[in-house]
Amino acid sequence: MTEKTFMTGFGGQGIISMGQLWVYCAMKEGLKVTFFPFYGAEKRGGIARASVIVSDSEITSPIVTVADSVVIMNQDSVEIGEKVCKEGGIICVNSSLVKKDPARPDARIYHIPCNEIALKLGNVRVANMIMMGALSKVTGAVKLQDLDTILPSYFSSNKRSLIEINIAAVEEGKKVVA
Amino acid sequence: MAEEIRLMKGNEAIGEAAVRAGCRAYFGYPITPQNELTAYMARHMLARGRTFIQAESEVAAINMVYGAASTGARAMTSSSSPGVSLKQEGISYLCGADLPAVVINVARAGPGLGGISPAQGDYFQATRGGGHGDYYTIVLAPKGVQEAADLTYEAFGLAEKWRMPVLILADGLIGQMMEGVVLPEPIDPVNLQRKSWAVGHSVEMARPYNHISSINLIPDELEAMNRKRFERYAQIKKELIRYEEIEVEDADIVFVAYGTSARVSHGALQIARAKGMKVGLFRPITLWPFPYEQLYRLAERGKRFLCVEMSMGQMIEDVRLAVSGKAPVYFYGRCGGNIPSQEEVFAEALRLSGK
Repeated sequence: MTEKTFMTGFGGQGIISMGQLWVYCAMKEGLKVTFFPFYGAEKRGGIARASVIVSDSEITSPIVTVADSVVIMNQDSVEIGEKVCKEGGIICVNSSLVKKDPARPDARIYHIPCNEIALKLGNVRVANMIMMGALSKVTGAVKLQDLDTILPSYFSSNKRSLIEINIAAVEEGKKVVA
Repeated sequence: MAEEIRLMKGNEAIGEAAVRAGCRAYFGYPITPQNELTAYMARHMLARGRTFIQAESEVAAINMVYGAASTGARAMTSSSSPGVSLKQEGISYLCGADLPAVVINVARAGPGLGGISPAQGDYFQATRGGGHGDYYTIVLAPKGVQEAADLTYEAFGLAEKWRMPVLILADGLIGQMMEGVVLPEPIDPVNLQRKSWAVGHSVEMARPYNHISSINLIPDELEAMNRKRFERYAQIKKELIRYEEIEVEDADIVFVAYGTSARVSHGALQIARAKGMKVGLFRPITLWPFPYEQLYRLAERGKRFLCVEMSMGQMIEDVRLAVSGKAPVYFYGRCGGNIPSQEEVFAEALRLSGK
């Protein structure tokens, strides 16, 4: 099993955190992983992309050029996201911000209203975790079963109070696409 | 007990491996894409009571390495391409004085200030000495985070064994990428043996004082020193050459690539094999000494070579030297900070297979 995922959005949406947590969990689940981020110099608002690979065998090229699954978190990222997806691949779009579908009739497209669900949970910033939960469910590549042990070391001590809502967000994400 | 696997950036894994190798002194100056390495050393060297200095320039940093190395301490500096250019004078002096040191180059696109994205345009500089005078440095090229840690750890021992700088030639992708890594056993620098050739401690060690310098104004003596150094180089060529071969046995076309390019080429190899094409990969791990003989033997067996680099073609000159006209050598490269995709490399192999 090898799952190559291309994640894209704008800076501040948690693309990099999503990619890092995805591979953290995969590693704990016994898989080999690579994570290669690409982002602009801006703190917020620039492009944010990540090549993320999890596999049960050695990973060769760490650059995702033909993706098994694509995560698109905002409208501006649709163009690059739809190009990188393999024939018949998976595309997960954040339907809260993406109003025009990727032009890929061959792909399995999932619409996840990440921002709306996150707001209902009480913090729009967990939108990325809702997406990650959905990605876990539709790809089956990473179960995300160790988040409760990973998040305490991932968050700095002043953010520990956010662990619960992040785990809840992942569970909500899994439910949306169930 | 087996160490647990940790998820780390290449830059941080290099830093942790250096700390664990007993690096006693680190001198750096910030430059993208290796900044996490300097930051890591700032945190972890000082926490252990070791020396960390953010120097006023790259030139200052390499000369501080010279000073620390003269005392026999394990010393390191790191930078990225333009910064490593600035260090070349100091590296030449280290070689002239037969001092061990570890220099990390997390290379970026050039020439000049260039860009901050990954590249392999520093191959010539790394493998041909880089500074003035007759010398080489050992050059190790990791393909990922684990190997970056392993080779950095080993580099300190090699530098001491051969009394010369060891250069780790990584690139911005290896520095920035995260992978799982199992780290080597920590060495406390306190437990490292004092060096008989170093300055200081002459009274305790009951020996005359040592004077460390690269200067010698008497031509015959300087020539003799250089010849002696090259005898050592000949021995290194016998002992140290390292490379990885993947599916070369039945291959018609063999990719030759190092570091990030080798990872991409391996991906291209898998695409090709899935389509029934006989493609292999030869990955030099030591860029100096270069595995000339090993490639020559493959050339004798009738294989063709496709050299894949993130440059306009530098290692290809060594590949051509290696095969000595026995086999065709082709080239595929991207530069400017672009990384070739495995699909591009496969397409090039496919084009060649029709020739």
